[in-house]
Amino acid sequence: MFDWLANPNRFKKITNKLEPSLLVISLLFIIFGLYFSLFDSPKDYQQGDAVRIMYVHVPSAWLASFLYLSLAISSIFYLVWKHPLADLISSSIAPIGALFSILTLITGSLWGKPMWGTWWVWDARLTSMLILFFFYLGFILLHNAFERKVDGSKSASVLAIIGIINLPIIKFSVDWWHTLHQPSSILKFDGPSIDNQMLLPLTLMIIGFGLFSLYLIIVNVKTKLIEKKCEALILKLNLKELS
Amino acid sequence: MNPKYKRLLILFLILSILGVATKLVLMALEENIIYFYTPNELKKKYGNVKNIENKIRIGGLVLEDSVVINKNESIFEITDKKDNIKVFFKGQLPDLFREGQGIVAEGILKDNKLIANQVLAKHDENYMPPEVADALIKSGVWQGEKKK
Repeated sequence: MFDWLANPNRFKKITNKLEPSLLVISLLFIIFGLYFSLFDSPKDYQQGDAVRIMYVHVPSAWLASFLYLSLAISSIFYLVWKHPLADLISSSIAPIGALFSILTLITGSLWGKPMWGTWWVWDARLTSMLILFFFYLGFILLHNAFERKVDGSKSASVLAIIGIINLPIIKFSVDWWHTLHQPSSILKFDGPSIDNQMLLPLTLMIIGFGLFSLYLIIVNVKTKLIEKKCEALILKLNLKELS
Repeated sequence: MNPKYKRLLILFLILSILGVATKLVLMALEENIIYFYTPNELKKKYGNVKNIENKIRIGGLVLEDSVVINKNESIFEITDKKDNIKVFFKGQLPDLFREGQGIVAEGILKDNKLIANQVLAKHDENYMPPEVADALIKSGVWQGEKKK
């Protein structure tokens, strides 16, 4: 079954159809999301306008974690089933995930200064999020660190899989330990503790960020497929000249 | 066994071992991971020790009617509804500081009082517009936090 999905030509066929609509829909979600977050949503009773930072911070954080899960899963597919497309997908996800995690850290810091009174504290949530960023960086560095590409792909995949352990720590850090960071407002047993007028822009932004990352990943993978083809062609030409 | 499943099994085994190891490390380091103690936890941990030279962090709510703000020093009490600790702080309080608000103060314990060098506001997970907050307080569903 995985072989059927992992066929590069079939991948191209499906994604060629998906790509343009994915871009348009994700941009629509982000534009509407930004409009509601910046102009047409209420101030918070305590935070005032600073609450608007959340509409970028929370989607980035969710995406950073979710993309890491996808990275780890595709690394498992690469190591176990050894399909090269899985490695292309992993290496396409990594920079996007790294971007979202650094965005989470920066926006969080900008919110923390006026609200908490500090840019940064070493509490469990903030620290585990920083570690997630380092896992992304480690993956990218390892992936490019070897002369033989296969070595890089393999060791980076192993690192990605080890990093799965960090994900539940990020998610539950605010419940397991006392942290300065507040617990989740949306994923709670007794329903979200966030007003519906604020939940709307947040949901739009989460969907928009999600679809836009999917679009970026597809473009990334397709570029890498073309790159691979070029390399193969050059190799062929060189061989011909030699003979 | 199919080599694919063998690899999958090995990965799974490695991950579970790492998971258990991480869990043990986190348990051992718990004291360093928690960001603050509540006054009651501090009492349980240190008993009747009145002076702690190392920096500690105490978190809880600002006790109602305990805040005295002088020219160069603020005095207030942190409560977890079981125990209270008096805090002395010279410096600027965060904007969200008010009675009933969650805060974290860092400093040294002297005579059972915290001489703080930093006070941070802790925000909770409730997000709502001011009108909703007012309505909730009016209808008595929620006590809210006292405005400054």
